[in-house]
Amino acid sequence: MAHFEKANSLNEWLDQRIGLNTLKRVLNTEYWIPKDINFLWAMGMVLAATFGLLVISGIFLLMYYKPDTNLAFDSVNYTIMSEVGYGWLWRHIHGVGASIVFLIIYIHMFTGIYYGSYKRGRELIWLSGMALFVAFSAEAFSGYMLPWGQMSYWAGMVITNLFSGGSLEAYGLVEWIRGDYVPGDAFLTRFFMLHVLLIPLVIIGLIVLHFGTLRLPHVNNQEGADIDFEEAAALYKAGKKKESKVIPFSPVFLSKDVFVMGVYFILFFYLVFYNFDFAMDPVNFDPADGLKTPAHIYPEWYFLWSYEILRPFGKDAGLIAFGIAQIALFFLPFIDRSPNVAPAHKRGLFVVWFWVLVIDMIVLTAMGKLPPTDPTFALIGQIAAWTFLALGPVLVLITMFEKKIGKGV
Amino acid sequence: MRELKIAAVVVAFSLLTYYLVEPYAHHEMHKKVDAHGVEIKLESHGFTYDGTDDIAEAERKGDSALVDKKKAFWAEVSEVAKLKGDAVAGEAGFAMCMGCHTGANVNMGGVIPPSLDHAGRIYDKNYLIALIKDPAMASNVDHKYVDTMMHPMGSIKSMMSDNQQIADVVAYMLEKKAAEVTPKEAFAEACVRCHAVRYTKTTQLGETPVFKQEKEALAYQIKVLDEQDAVKGYMGTLPPDLSMIIRARGEHFMETFIENPQGQLAGTSMPRVGLNHEGYEKVKEYLTEAGDPSKKAREALGPWVLGFFVIFALLAFLWKKYQWRELH
Amino acid sequence: MEEEKKGRRDFLGMALGACAAVGGVGALYAAKRTWDPLPSVKAAGFTTIDLSAAKPNELVVEKWRGKPIFVLKKTPEMKENPRDIVIGSDRFLVTIGLCTHLGCIPAYQKDNLLFFCACHGGKFDTSGINEPGLPPPSPLEIPPFKIDGTKLVLGEEGPEYKAMLAAGITV
Repeated sequence: MAHFEKANSLNEWLDQRIGLNTLKRVLNTEYWIPKDINFLWAMGMVLAATFGLLVISGIFLLMYYKPDTNLAFDSVNYTIMSEVGYGWLWRHIHGVGASIVFLIIYIHMFTGIYYGSYKRGRELIWLSGMALFVAFSAEAFSGYMLPWGQMSYWAGMVITNLFSGGSLEAYGLVEWIRGDYVPGDAFLTRFFMLHVLLIPLVIIGLIVLHFGTLRLPHVNNQEGADIDFEEAAALYKAGKKKESKVIPFSPVFLSKDVFVMGVYFILFFYLVFYNFDFAMDPVNFDPADGLKTPAHIYPEWYFLWSYEILRPFGKDAGLIAFGIAQIALFFLPFIDRSPNVAPAHKRGLFVVWFWVLVIDMIVLTAMGKLPPTDPTFALIGQIAAWTFLALGPVLVLITMFEKKIGKGV
Repeated sequence: MRELKIAAVVVAFSLLTYYLVEPYAHHEMHKKVDAHGVEIKLESHGFTYDGTDDIAEAERKGDSALVDKKKAFWAEVSEVAKLKGDAVAGEAGFAMCMGCHTGANVNMGGVIPPSLDHAGRIYDKNYLIALIKDPAMASNVDHKYVDTMMHPMGSIKSMMSDNQQIADVVAYMLEKKAAEVTPKEAFAEACVRCHAVRYTKTTQLGETPVFKQEKEALAYQIKVLDEQDAVKGYMGTLPPDLSMIIRARGEHFMETFIENPQGQLAGTSMPRVGLNHEGYEKVKEYLTEAGDPSKKAREALGPWVLGFFVIFALLAFLWKKYQWRELH
Repeated sequence: MEEEKKGRRDFLGMALGACAAVGGVGALYAAKRTWDPLPSVKAAGFTTIDLSAAKPNELVVEKWRGKPIFVLKKTPEMKENPRDIVIGSDRFLVTIGLCTHLGCIPAYQKDNLLFFCACHGGKFDTSGINEPGLPPPSPLEIPPFKIDGTKLVLGEEGPEYKAMLAAGITV
């Protein structure tokens, strides 16, 4: 048994019991972050803060929301929006947060790809991050059902139909998922459960894992330089801060994070108060009607690129392409055959590949929302979808022949 | 500076994506094209009515007889508008209107004739003239009455055929029925005969009273259902509840749709109701109060929250500068 | 030199912390308002009861703000009390029907002319006064009321209720 002495302060008392000072050291003051980073390295904390906002606003919404097909729409649009004190604020924060969190996720992902932060010991960071992306997608979709407007209903209808597996015609499975022949009460209550309990638990677990996978390989840096963290940390502690290549997480790195967050919150709350239609689709302010499909149905913007991969192909081919698109990014650490950990602009053809990927996903996103009845849009969408599918094999090829960059940048 | 360059790239791609999926996609989704694929621009005419839209629609259909009919009709309306109406003489004519527009909740031929208490205040003069001349043409729903079906107000044509008499009645309404109007009254007179608003406890029969006995409440509900059935029978479908319409449709849609429903929804059975600018503003105010009551609070709180985060970001910037001062 | 720098760091860090705290307080205020009773709940806080149909020594139980309200028309034999609500020549006992001990609902025993609380044996007379020596510490509470003819509006404070408040008859 450990030896306990009388503590002279609360800090000491806690330190004896949970190793407070060790925790502080390991997680904050001696958690070393490379100095050579830019504001994109703050996106992780920005995401954590946005998730926090979603949880807090969600708790207040949960107090008045009623998961019942007869009551859901009015509990959101009447009770929460007009009766509950600041209910509208929580809802706008929740709606805008749910949309904007994906913008930050995409920026975070592309940052990782550009700087090669998924390789050489950092594979698990990428994989847990991708798992988080999937969990957030499920969370966003299930949450989208809850206001039970026209878009909720028809998105629920179309997405659950995907599980019929094309020609497999597994309608039994679709009905099992819905608990009904069409999205109804059972469907709404089970997605409510997923949204407020199961998926949030999974997300929290994955966030802990994601942070955990970061600790040993350390955060990457702008040049992909292989830093000897112990040596650099010793330099820093000796007061040679200019010479050292690292900074402690707290307070130095944190101060930059907080500044980036401050700027981000200005944008975020501008959207909450003045420009929220992109996140709270006006069509969803029409109550769900199982006998009337809206003139245009489309998913939220962050699902559009994968939706577009589904759309231009036939039923089965579309589903297969969609399936590949959903999991393709998971394999990035393994199909990138180059040993180089370096920013894309130092990796020859890889930089071209990267920008083609970004632009292709933006094109897919745009085409996913534009009416497919227009032949030009349909053609562009099809080309973009094929391009996306081709990008995987192309990456294997170009990285196999990539010139190895010498160490010691 | 490198960070600013990176920020510029991130912002540029984010804005491009936003532009493509929001303004551009919505424009493409909702644009109207004629038979030759030429885009039809729907614009508000400031809630005045001279038949421009109606004639253009007929022309697009390529029905020259209809074009002539519409042109002739609106030309005559403008002739009547030029006449000097005599409000005193118009009182007798208006008494005829009161035969149906009694203000009592009695359905006549499909809908309850609305109260005309503020008709001179909320409706456009040209529209009122046109409505008396030919209700179906004025409301741009003449396509509904091609067979034996009669517009419920159709008999007015034979009752008031003299142009001077029409000018007098309209003058009477513009003078005597033009008192200050509340948003609630404007909405009740212009919209409630067809549309319910459950968030303000309003049905086609007007505001729902409070009942102590459940039996009375149920009896009233049956009366509402009967009225809705009648409206449904006449309109073909029950017109939607307007509780959330202010959030479900954009400003531009509301304006152009109320001015001329056919422009946004070709073939709809919703008639043009002929609101003038003030009438529209009042109706919009009412619908905002029903569907977006937190708008005022939202707009009042916004600057404070944004101001707070500007200060927060500034302080954070100073702190960051301080923390990083020895690092380079 | 080092000391001086440390001081400035603390100042900026603390200023930022204080700014965040102000924001936090604002958010807490919004959160507090979210927990408030809804306007529709408050609007439903007024109940009108008609006393004209009441019969002597027959307890009527009404509901106001979710709580039971005892209405007892007194017989001439029953003791007068300043707690009585007088309408014309009739006297009424109108109280919240919850025992002042722990909030159970006492039952009226018509023959014994008393309210008996089964939870811990508290007793109240026909004026709502608690019997000394038993658990209830105070008489049954009188809800805010306003007399309107033979009707009583519960939730509104009329002059008679205000007089009772001033006299310390109810809280």
